[in-house]
Amino acid sequence: MEGGEAVTGPVRSARGTGGSSRDRILARVRTAVADAREAPEVTRAYLTTHTPDAPAAVLDLLHENLAEYRALVHRTDADGLPALLARLVADHGSSTVLVPPGLPLEWLGEAGPVRVQDRSASTAAELDTVDSVVTGCALAIAETGTIVLDGGPDQGRRRITLVPDHHICVVRAPDQVVASVPQAMARLDPTRPLTWISGPSATSDIELDRVEGVHGPRKLEVVLVTG
Amino acid sequence: MSGTFVGMPAFPEAAREAVGNRTLRANLRHATHTIRDKRAKAVAELADWQQLREAGKQIKNHTLRHLDRYLVQLEESVVRAGGTVHWAADADEANRIVADLVKATGEREVVKVKSMATQEIGLNEALAAEGISAYETDLAELIVQLGHDRPSHILVPAIHRNRGEIRDIFREEMGSWGRPAPDGLTDSPAELAEAARLHLREKFLRAKVGVSGANFMVAETGTLVVFESEGNGRMCLTLPETLISVVGIEKVIPTWQDLEVFLQTLPRSSTAERMNPYTSMWTGTTDGDGPSVFHLVLLDNGRTDTLADEVGRQALRCIRCSACLNVCPVYERAGGHAYGSVYPGPIGAILSPQLRGTQREIDASLPYASSLCGACYEVCPVAIDIPEVLVHLRERVADRGGKGHRLEKAAMKAASWAMDRPAVLAAAERAATRTRRLHPKKLPGAGAWTDSRELPELPEKSFRDWWKGEGR
Repeated sequence: MEGGEAVTGPVRSARGTGGSSRDRILARVRTAVADAREAPEVTRAYLTTHTPDAPAAVLDLLHENLAEYRALVHRTDADGLPALLARLVADHGSSTVLVPPGLPLEWLGEAGPVRVQDRSASTAAELDTVDSVVTGCALAIAETGTIVLDGGPDQGRRRITLVPDHHICVVRAPDQVVASVPQAMARLDPTRPLTWISGPSATSDIELDRVEGVHGPRKLEVVLVTG
Repeated sequence: MSGTFVGMPAFPEAAREAVGNRTLRANLRHATHTIRDKRAKAVAELADWQQLREAGKQIKNHTLRHLDRYLVQLEESVVRAGGTVHWAADADEANRIVADLVKATGEREVVKVKSMATQEIGLNEALAAEGISAYETDLAELIVQLGHDRPSHILVPAIHRNRGEIRDIFREEMGSWGRPAPDGLTDSPAELAEAARLHLREKFLRAKVGVSGANFMVAETGTLVVFESEGNGRMCLTLPETLISVVGIEKVIPTWQDLEVFLQTLPRSSTAERMNPYTSMWTGTTDGDGPSVFHLVLLDNGRTDTLADEVGRQALRCIRCSACLNVCPVYERAGGHAYGSVYPGPIGAILSPQLRGTQREIDASLPYASSLCGACYEVCPVAIDIPEVLVHLRERVADRGGKGHRLEKAAMKAASWAMDRPAVLAAAERAATRTRRLHPKKLPGAGAWTDSRELPELPEKSFRDWWKGEGR
């Protein structure tokens, strides 16, 4: 049977006879557009940001937009971070907290609950028994109220911010805060696995009634750290 | 899912039933108006919306013009990042590739992220025939699957079901698929969502194979992107050991930067949010994080036929936002099922007849499932001129013959002849207004469309005459 063959390693050149589906599809594409007009290059007349370049105002916008999509937003400075994190974990009633391998040690210095280090051998079922997870982020986008994770050492594997029901994410302002989506794209590395998070998991599938919390963490808390 | 689109009646026949169903019409009206109003607000926030729309259109046009180049580049990028690329000319081939890949893992079940492409090819049914259970994990798709039903909207596929029906479906069906619905389940959306969470969590935690589609594929990096809200997508994309993504060839875009356009236009057009709760981007495989095996199945299945049509190819720009459904007066009344395809609404009316051809009655009737009001074009984030394609496809159907089609073609020819000749048009309008007492209330011979509505009253004077006289 022709076609459907996998291409692994170096891409193989088009076969002469018989023809794979790859060759047939590419040939059909070429025939289809043979007489088409040349498409002009893309004109990027859109804005790179919709927000004036004022860090304090951008941070306020981030706060507002995160809150509008039902993330719980807190503010503190570096000195106040450990106490705040300890309080948030305690308020949720958590007895265990998952931590990615590179989370700064001092962040959870005052936390009472048992710290669970994520290991590659940790199964999804094991992660499902942990109450909370604390991570950093790659950056946050003010205009859309989004935090982006890129699997860095203070964020860990994608699954650790997915399976537990309570996610606390620390954003360091102003360094990690950008105003707009185009600004974020320019700073992100596409070779890393990226997760864009805008509020807790939600659905409007039943009569368009918004329900927070389906499969992802039902409680998302974002801590904006300044200074 | 036992629902199937095979043997669907033509649109007018299928729509008649829906139009007579008052509950369905009320649900649809509420849903479409709610989303459309929210969308308008979300779009109005961006001063550069028209520029973003134009950029989105240009990116897609440029990609389609050089689709061969970008597909080859995408393949190289995905392979370089550790993935494997397969090419499927049609639905059967795609289904066979996926079934073989699943069987090779030794597994007998897969978890699925909502994907239009896998619905289009009937993947779940094909896998079932091979003894493989495919579990839909999007809440609405779960409702559709458990209800042995068909999706009726691109974004909210179970919008035709109300909460009571959903509770009944969960009570009756969940037990035979896995964890049963909790005792005493009520019809509150929060409780129903919780029931779905519990039912699906056991499936996520043990899943070894995930199947997805993708909203975008970036040629230069090999990155795939999935937009979602519930977190079921993240579960399927990160917990299994093997990930298989089935994606239409038109979903490729050239550069990483191009994504910044659609990251702004898709959520606002679709869920009317500044950003949807979760967007996942992955490039091949990552050591120690997520699936260690990644397969990409590139699907043609009629797309190259569509690409060959000079007018119709713009339908391939579609990013599946569903904004056109929510503004369409025909969709609002007829509902999604009448379109006989996984692609309902205005975009479905131009996509299905092109992907599947117009041999079947349903596909030949779809280009007529429109009043050509143009609202769909106005809201389209990639500026697809849906009315233009509808008229073009009507000509194609009319050319094929049939009594009704010949009449339609003659009428269209006469109309365009008159439109090209202002004096004739003016005379015809004048004749129409002067004989208006003689006009029937219904158009004779126009069938189902006019049975459920009356003709508008003709004014005493034509617009042209009014403009010339007292109107100025």
